[in-house]
Amino acid sequence: MPCSCQGAGKPETDITLRYPDKTAELNAYLDALPLEAHPDRKRGVLIQSLHRAQQIFGYLPAEVQALVARKLEISIAEVYGVISFYSYFTDKPVGRYKINICTGTACFVKGANKILDEFRRQLNIREGESTPDGKFFLGALRCVGACSLAPVVMVNDRVYGNVTAKMVSEILADCAD
Amino acid sequence: MINLTVNDRPVSVPEGSTILEAARKLKIRIPTLCHFKLDCFHVEHRSGSCRICVVEVEGRPNLAPACCTPVAEGMKVHTNTLRAINARRTILDLLLSDHPKDCLVCPKNLHCRLQSLAQEMGLHQVLYKGEQSTYNKDLSSRAIARDLDKCIMCRRCETACNTIQTVGVFSGVNRGFDAVVAPAEFRPLAETQCVFCGQCVQACPVGALSEISYKYDVWRALDDSSRTVVVQTAPAVRVAIGEEFGLPPGSISTGKLVAALKLLGFDKVFDTDFAADLTIMEETTELIERIKNGRNLPILTSCCPGWVKFLEHQFPELIYMPSSAKSPQQMFGAIAKTWYADRIGVKPEKMTVVSIMPCLSKKYEASRDEFTRDGVPDVDIVLSTRELADMIREAGIDFAALEEAPYDAPLGESTGAAVIFGASGGVLEAALRTAADWLTGTSLESVDFEAVRGLEGIKEAVVKIGDLELKAAVCSGLGNARKLLEKIKRGEAQYHAIEIMACPGGCLNGGGQPYHRGDSSVLERRMEALYRADRELPRRKSHENPDIQLLYREFLQEPGSHIAHELLHTHYFKRKRW
Repeated sequence: MPCSCQGAGKPETDITLRYPDKTAELNAYLDALPLEAHPDRKRGVLIQSLHRAQQIFGYLPAEVQALVARKLEISIAEVYGVISFYSYFTDKPVGRYKINICTGTACFVKGANKILDEFRRQLNIREGESTPDGKFFLGALRCVGACSLAPVVMVNDRVYGNVTAKMVSEILADCAD
Repeated sequence: MINLTVNDRPVSVPEGSTILEAARKLKIRIPTLCHFKLDCFHVEHRSGSCRICVVEVEGRPNLAPACCTPVAEGMKVHTNTLRAINARRTILDLLLSDHPKDCLVCPKNLHCRLQSLAQEMGLHQVLYKGEQSTYNKDLSSRAIARDLDKCIMCRRCETACNTIQTVGVFSGVNRGFDAVVAPAEFRPLAETQCVFCGQCVQACPVGALSEISYKYDVWRALDDSSRTVVVQTAPAVRVAIGEEFGLPPGSISTGKLVAALKLLGFDKVFDTDFAADLTIMEETTELIERIKNGRNLPILTSCCPGWVKFLEHQFPELIYMPSSAKSPQQMFGAIAKTWYADRIGVKPEKMTVVSIMPCLSKKYEASRDEFTRDGVPDVDIVLSTRELADMIREAGIDFAALEEAPYDAPLGESTGAAVIFGASGGVLEAALRTAADWLTGTSLESVDFEAVRGLEGIKEAVVKIGDLELKAAVCSGLGNARKLLEKIKRGEAQYHAIEIMACPGGCLNGGGQPYHRGDSSVLERRMEALYRADRELPRRKSHENPDIQLLYREFLQEPGSHIAHELLHTHYFKRKRW
């Protein structure tokens, strides 16, 4: 993974300085958390804080991770460890249309991999990546809880069920700017 | 007490004990790998992640990890059934399937727990051939090398770094096959808040963490006849290096160490202890000045580069607190390349100063920009105790059989006050010995300040010197230092002087020392040896060192003089915490 710490703290690259409104929103959220003195209690609100941070910024760049770490008084390594563990969190900017293919057991058995391959082929990116124009993000999720519709594809909040490889172009066509 | 049987033998252990502890009480060995315990610091790491310690418990369907399964009344444990042994072999096989087999050239060769497990368990072939991790080695720092291909995810380094030291560099990153221990964003260690204490290197059971080695730079310098190569040996090295050659822990090997260094071909063998006495002269002068002015108290010791870097990152608002005195290593370099070089008519750029240190952070310290004058570093190369032992072996020197040899003059003369720098509390005790004499204008008979000795993490003492009640504290282990500094920040504690060492127990437990493998008694014996060495020396106060007196007479004038400040004092930098 490339090192993205270079330039941290410089106004032109530090996202928290480029977007003062978003930073203020995140700070306000973190400040309002009921933090207890015990370090483990502070840890307990880490995931919800990262959820909110990703909602605000769209992704979790190093400076945002540092901000959360500072507020919760935990190490940035630990914050990064959590982000890297959960596939929901991302430290890279993501496309506007987040295409997530469910690869949970039911969807997997019903051919989710073929659908994933087709998206990869058509978008020319791998899972976890976004297209260079910033339009599409391709990802794989574990179970989304809609197994009766397997295989399932989610595009942002929209759910496509019983998806076949042939439907991939239609799904992409639905994503009009 | 809880009663249970292990391999049909009854045993009683306190509630909350683990199966492993019960078995050990019966002298039944259960292999462990990720488990790590240091009784003297009340540290236990039992992540239960490697599963090599699995045993059978009657009535329990799955195997139980002995290191983290609490005992229960009437439990019947079997440690060596075929099922347990087969499971262990499979686990070891799987661990080895993603572990490089380059043991012959591994820095932890013969010190690797995975290697010794394979040997103990009689594993002679690897059954599973699977994917292999391929990470780039992190050789970014001057001190610690990371080779993640060898990481077995035991996470002992995380306990050392995050729990004990609270430096917080490492975390488990990614998941599944990609899981590995790394700094945030996979940053190179040199770009993190790592203080290079090396406690992670001590904790790592395999070759994933080791030191950056400079042995060959030393061999080359020794071979270069145009250079004058002098060496200094830190206090804690003499009570540990013998362990590398089969001498019992706690042996004082000072004379053999000097003899070995002479045989290796160093032009002069000197002692960091000389510079430790010098440090006391400067630091105590500063302490007395600050007490008299009542300003910038407490004074914090500044000998330990790991602690200094910790302060710079974690408490940048307190960087006015440490003594401005350089560490003994750096004072030695500065004096060797000025006063001494001048005395023997050698240009500083033609002199190589080598340090033998119990420490990995000293490698980093020597490379700090401010310790270079006119492009010439004060200390050129830093070797750990382990690296020196390697060189001695490589040269075919039979260390244990060596005749003792004395240090060279004048930078080899030292006192008992200096040798105890190697133990937590020693620097403070040495300063107290001199401060007491200077403040009262007499020569105190009693030089033992027992209250500041020992391996406890935080020690406090009130010492009466004349009219002054000097309040002092001693911390070792950065987690303890953090606790104390937070208290000071909140105004809950007031002291005149605080000694802080990054490694729990002080330098005797440094990251560059022979591997203690979780054996507390080794550390206790090293500590006893340091205080024994102190008692055995004719002079036990730094200001009574005749060659220190000579140095001031001929060159430095007096402690705190202009030239002393120029050569022996430094300043600190605010660094980023996140």
